[in-house]
Amino acid sequence: MDYNTLRHLADSWGLLAMLAIFVSLCAWPFRPGARSRNRDAATLIFKDDNDG
Amino acid sequence: MESSLTKVGLWFALLVLSILAVAGAQDSGFAVHMWIFAAVAFGGMWITAARYDPLARVQGIFHMPTDPTRYDDDPIRWGVIATMFWGTAGFLAGLFIALQLAFPALNFEPYLNFGRVRPLHTSAVIFAFGGNALIATSFYVVQRTCRARLAFPALARFVFWGYQLFIVLAASGYLMGVTQSREYAEPEWYVDIWLTIVWLSYAAVFIGTIVRRHEPHIYVANWFYLAFILTVAMLHVVNNLAVPVSFLGSRSYSAFAGVQDALTQWWYGHNAVGFFLTAGFLAMMYYFVPKQAERPVYSYRLSIIHFWSLIFLYIWAGPHHLHYTALPDWAQTLGMVFSVMLWMPSWGGMINGLMTLNGAWDKVRTDPIIRMMVMALAFYGMSTFEGPMLSIKSVNSLSHYTDWTIGHVHSGALGWNGMITFACVYYLVPRLWKRERLYSLRMINWHFWLATIGIVFYAASMWVAGITQGLMWREYGADGYLVNSFADTVSALHPMYLMRAFGGLLYLSGFVIMLVNVWKTIAGCIRVEVPMSDAAFDPEKDRPIATNRAAVSGAAIPAE
Amino acid sequence: MNMAESHKKLERNVTLLAVGAFVAVAIGGIVEIAPLFWIDNTIEKVDGMRPYTPLEQAGRDIYVREGCYSCHSQMIRPFRDEVERYGHYSLAAESMYDHPFQWGSKRTGPDLARVGGRYSDDWHVQHLKNPQSVVPESVMPSYGFLSDTTLVVADPAAQLRALSHVGVPYGKDEIANAETDLAAQANPDLDGEGLAKRYPKAQIRDFDGDPSRLTEMDALVAYLQMLGTLVDVNSAAAQEELATEKGR
Repeated sequence: MDYNTLRHLADSWGLLAMLAIFVSLCAWPFRPGARSRNRDAATLIFKDDNDG
Repeated sequence: MESSLTKVGLWFALLVLSILAVAGAQDSGFAVHMWIFAAVAFGGMWITAARYDPLARVQGIFHMPTDPTRYDDDPIRWGVIATMFWGTAGFLAGLFIALQLAFPALNFEPYLNFGRVRPLHTSAVIFAFGGNALIATSFYVVQRTCRARLAFPALARFVFWGYQLFIVLAASGYLMGVTQSREYAEPEWYVDIWLTIVWLSYAAVFIGTIVRRHEPHIYVANWFYLAFILTVAMLHVVNNLAVPVSFLGSRSYSAFAGVQDALTQWWYGHNAVGFFLTAGFLAMMYYFVPKQAERPVYSYRLSIIHFWSLIFLYIWAGPHHLHYTALPDWAQTLGMVFSVMLWMPSWGGMINGLMTLNGAWDKVRTDPIIRMMVMALAFYGMSTFEGPMLSIKSVNSLSHYTDWTIGHVHSGALGWNGMITFACVYYLVPRLWKRERLYSLRMINWHFWLATIGIVFYAASMWVAGITQGLMWREYGADGYLVNSFADTVSALHPMYLMRAFGGLLYLSGFVIMLVNVWKTIAGCIRVEVPMSDAAFDPEKDRPIATNRAAVSGAAIPAE
Repeated sequence: MNMAESHKKLERNVTLLAVGAFVAVAIGGIVEIAPLFWIDNTIEKVDGMRPYTPLEQAGRDIYVREGCYSCHSQMIRPFRDEVERYGHYSLAAESMYDHPFQWGSKRTGPDLARVGGRYSDDWHVQHLKNPQSVVPESVMPSYGFLSDTTLVVADPAAQLRALSHVGVPYGKDEIANAETDLAAQANPDLDGEGLAKRYPKAQIRDFDGDPSRLTEMDALVAYLQMLGTLVDVNSAAAQEELATEKGR
């Protein structure tokens, strides 16, 4: 495995794979079931009246 | 009894080792540092043997509450005090070197020459002031969001005190000339090893607390803290790979040379900004801004996208520090492209923070802490726009090597990191010391304006200085020769350097007001003062804007 | 396992979150930095490059110790004004023995990549002692203590050995003679023949104007006077090297 094969991988399938991973990570929070979970997570910092 | 005997024995062994190292030291800097280790070992031995607890006495001086609480807040209180202390040191050093550039007679060779004090300033503000703020707030946030006490309480205390020892070793080293001269990674090999031990302990405490949480979710602030801790560990270890000349001397040589060393260093340097000064402080934003505004973060979805895109893009941007150098062209272009893309997640995060105030914008007027947070986010937005712009090669050809870069760094450091840290400390102090409220809200207002005007002076003068410098260097006359000698460009900057020092002085004065405010709050004083916003009630004006026309036409409108 | 399930897992599992974040940050570094260790033209040798002499290296250590990089770059960019002001733009190979690199990031003072031979030794000594006496506009601190401080290198051989561990090609000969070479370069009365053979183009003379002792000033001026003098950038070999150096 020399530099050139790596470079070809980086600008073809490697790039595509990274893009796919990135897009799916960004799409995660938009899936249908996420709404209530996100609300829970966002408001968890207000659950306690007294933070000790 | 036996265990305390063993402890005394261990401290004694460390003491003997340090003194042996002093005896064999190859240079005076190393010897001084080994004396510091010896002093620490002696102190530890004495405290263990005499069962004397100096910390308890100092805790009395700082009025620290001692009754057991739900969370382990002792290291956090110490962290707040350390943040204030190192902030003072770092800002003073900054003002001092700013004045040195305006008045070179202020250099006192050899220990207080610009070249030795400058790393002291950068390390003091980034690692000592910023680092302590990050460690303290991360311990605070992780406990509250996980509803669990700190894992490994003894280790947490070691993290705090070990980190202070790292700062003392690094700072005293610079003044004695113990440095690797690699920006923001100046400490020598043995100090680096010490920091690695402390940092891994920090990771253990933080991750351990998350593992023990009583809450299904891991709140997004902890994601940012986690990325900050792990990435800084990776950067620190790789960038500081070096071979020491002797194990009893301070000098070491970097494992990399020339081009490779340059890229490794700026991969580190840029991500020290990206993960230390950005990801870590964004974690502070994601907890303290919603808490102070008393409403959840604007979009939790956006915060997740923000997280992944920020950490994914930031790590590539380092080569923009090496435009037009001997670094291969493809690496420069890659760095530029990723830097420009980085603009998007940065502004996504800023918008997320600002929009958290949606529906509560009146707080900007009534709550000076919120106002400080908003200003911090505004400066975050400005410097993360300026950054991608400066990373474009054609802009960089003018701005690189000039004071424009210095101005850019400070709009981020003073505006974003400084302001958000101040706001968080104002939030924390009354809560940690169980006080009803801060000593004075009006003093926060003073601090806010002094700091803001100070930054404007600083950034504006450095923009002018940088562009002046860049244009003068490349100015050609009609005869086809360079117009300015280098010395001409130096003298042209004198007025700008004065203005910059003045801006720094304003910023420092604001901080002094903060010191008084924090100290008085800790002491339990409350200033009797007129509330900040007390506009007189005018029933005539108290009605919706939309119906103004109706009011003009004479229709009576009820006050409610 | 569907996407939602895996997401739930990641959001709730600190190990997975940590590994995911670490992979995301590691990719950039690996893809960007690792190739530099393969590519020929970042590490190819240009005619004339040689490791530093023990005295030059000692001077470089002083340059590093004093934090000169805060204000001086050692990297000339390929622009007309920079080339006219400082000399031919810097080649990658010219810093191949620099541990650490000292390219710098700020020019409060001028670039030093090719400062060697531009000024006399006397000028440098005077300038370092009192910069404003030769350049009135200068904001540089003074470094007079360098002339008063005897150069102490605890173990010159160990220094070269450490450098050879990180890839600088010092041989047995260089390491064995490190101590005598260190003294010989600043004192023409000593036998400098071996030194000149081991380190071509080494400048052998008293640098600080005080032949009676070897000071830190000797070392620093020796280092400054050799900067940029090793490679003849207009020679055929260097030009050929430039032609293959892409993107400049």
